[in-house]
Amino acid sequence: MSAAEAPGEARRDTAQYGVCGFLAVVGVLVIVDAARIQHIANSNDPIGPKPVPIVLGVLLLVVAVLYAVDVARGGTGEAEAGEDVDVTSAVDWRTVLLLIAAFVVNLVLIDPLGWVISGTLLFWGSAFALGSRHHIRNVFIAVALSLITFYAFAIGLGVNLPAGVLQGIL
Amino acid sequence: MDNLTNLLNGFGDVLTPINLLLALLGVTVGTAVGVLPGIGPAMTVALLLPITYGMEPVQAFIMFAGIFYGGMYGGSTTSILLNTPGESSSVVTAIEGNKMARAGRAAQALATAAIGSFVAGTIGTLLLVLVAPQVVKFAISLGAPDYLAIMLLAFAGATSVLGSSRIRGFAALLLGLVIGLVGIDKVTGQQRLTLGIPQLADGIDVVVVAVGIFAVGEALWVAAHLRRNPGTVIPVGRPWMGKSDWRRSWKPWLRGTAYGFPIGALPAGGAEIPTFLSYATEKKLSKHPEEFGHGAIEGVAGPEAANNASAAGTLVPMLALGLPTNATAAVMLAAFTSYGIQPGPLLFQREPKLVWALIASLFIGNLFLLLLNLPLAPAWAKLLQIPRPYLYAGIIFFASMGAYAVNAQPLDLLLLLVLGLLGFAMRRFGLPVLPLIIGVILGPIAERQARMALQLSNGDVSGLIGGPVAYVIYAVILLMIAWPLIAKLRRKIMTKDVAYSAPQ
Repeated sequence: MSAAEAPGEARRDTAQYGVCGFLAVVGVLVIVDAARIQHIANSNDPIGPKPVPIVLGVLLLVVAVLYAVDVARGGTGEAEAGEDVDVTSAVDWRTVLLLIAAFVVNLVLIDPLGWVISGTLLFWGSAFALGSRHHIRNVFIAVALSLITFYAFAIGLGVNLPAGVLQGIL
Repeated sequence: MDNLTNLLNGFGDVLTPINLLLALLGVTVGTAVGVLPGIGPAMTVALLLPITYGMEPVQAFIMFAGIFYGGMYGGSTTSILLNTPGESSSVVTAIEGNKMARAGRAAQALATAAIGSFVAGTIGTLLLVLVAPQVVKFAISLGAPDYLAIMLLAFAGATSVLGSSRIRGFAALLLGLVIGLVGIDKVTGQQRLTLGIPQLADGIDVVVVAVGIFAVGEALWVAAHLRRNPGTVIPVGRPWMGKSDWRRSWKPWLRGTAYGFPIGALPAGGAEIPTFLSYATEKKLSKHPEEFGHGAIEGVAGPEAANNASAAGTLVPMLALGLPTNATAAVMLAAFTSYGIQPGPLLFQREPKLVWALIASLFIGNLFLLLLNLPLAPAWAKLLQIPRPYLYAGIIFFASMGAYAVNAQPLDLLLLLVLGLLGFAMRRFGLPVLPLIIGVILGPIAERQARMALQLSNGDVSGLIGGPVAYVIYAVILLMIAWPLIAKLRRKIMTKDVAYSAPQ
């Protein structure tokens, strides 16, 4: 929560133009999608499903432009601080990509192999990505967490978690 | 009197051994998760949603009430002992609270926060009992155009939070509204933005959005910037207060409550403004102004009470109008909708049992919180030392589990990842997340109200603007939008009175 760096000394954050581009692309996407919708309107619903997305799409384009103007004038958004966040450091892409990999492994394996296995891989992989090198201990924690959550939630509370290949064993 | 009977019935429903156990469990896990660094109240509620999936609505709500207050209190413990607040509402608590802790008065800081939260929470909940039914009475007389105006007011309030960039807030709001569009249009059955994917026809579940933006986005963001040496945790014994601490605390508690509840209850309120106001007031009124900045107990007592009272205040628009005004209320609303319950004026008529059980459990949860926190504070402080890889791996683990469990489809996990990356980018570029989540929740409702208003006026656009209530609200919205301009003018006129600048 330190005072923001004075705008004068801050480097121009040009990556922000990417945000403007993203907003514009979403705006166009929304408009194109809305154009495809048939115009249905009757006395119960005088405007139909079309106008709202079109208005939103146009607003997105307008905001994209205004945002770009703000950036060009030197405006920056302050990156979010937090207990464990060191905002001054550069983004550690290796960690982020490894986390995404662990996430995708779970996403792909959860239905075929079941939560206990995919969840174990997810936790172990995430802990590894975040720099923990106690591999054996991590495996124990990951397996324990997955088993506990499976029994507590899927079996105890009836939450939807797949048993997968371990069906009948668990 | 009616309300009192209802409330007593609510207590009657809650006071069974199993329900009390649930309330206790809710408070305990709410605090435990809320204490963890990097996890604010909104994420606490989002991550703990799955616990309630298998329960009856009443029991789920009893637990939510506990999680809600527990998460709030846990957050302030973190900011006192670690000095890096997870969210803007506890910024002020951290200023004096951490200074007190460093000066060896952590026990007193935690005690005044705990007792102040209890006092403010209890008074706030009492006020909720008095005010909410009145708001409902008023709200029932409102028509579609008035509701539309209230929704727009909530949008304006969320995007123009004190001291942050409006254009970024507005961008976040629009993204949320677009996410809310996805799915089949309820009136005509037309698919919008579903990209031909059948699972998207029902729309993107709000729970998935909340967990993705708050939990996964936050975990990825922290992972990208993880501090190699986490801040030092200040050891703490059992919280207690001496006589002079009590004498210096009780007035700030009450004044904080007086700021917190009304501002929290406004459709565009929030907790930042009352906590800042309370801090400024205590500094002005204190007999020990020299202590401010070095750990003044008033500076913890007042803002902490304001924070909790405003949390109770936000429940007024949330329950009575279906209007979430902060992130935690937004996630709670998402949870309600996943039970097929739509908060709003009709809720009090259709589900009185549910509403009053919820309110009764707020009282009970608050009491448990006090009983639990005073003895358990040292244990909570230990939680702050959890190894960070496990903490954030755990967040991703539970977020994935919760999101998958909503509909049991892997596609939701993909959405969760995409939303998590969006949350990551928003944190990187300083886009606030609150407008997005409010857009997702209220967007579809606002559209429905607009179309209903037009139906009543036979398509005449003037039907959107509505009657006197709507006029007043639009005037307020204009004022809010024009505020920076007015403030600039005012500053020019009286340059000598330098106001404090909000640390954002």
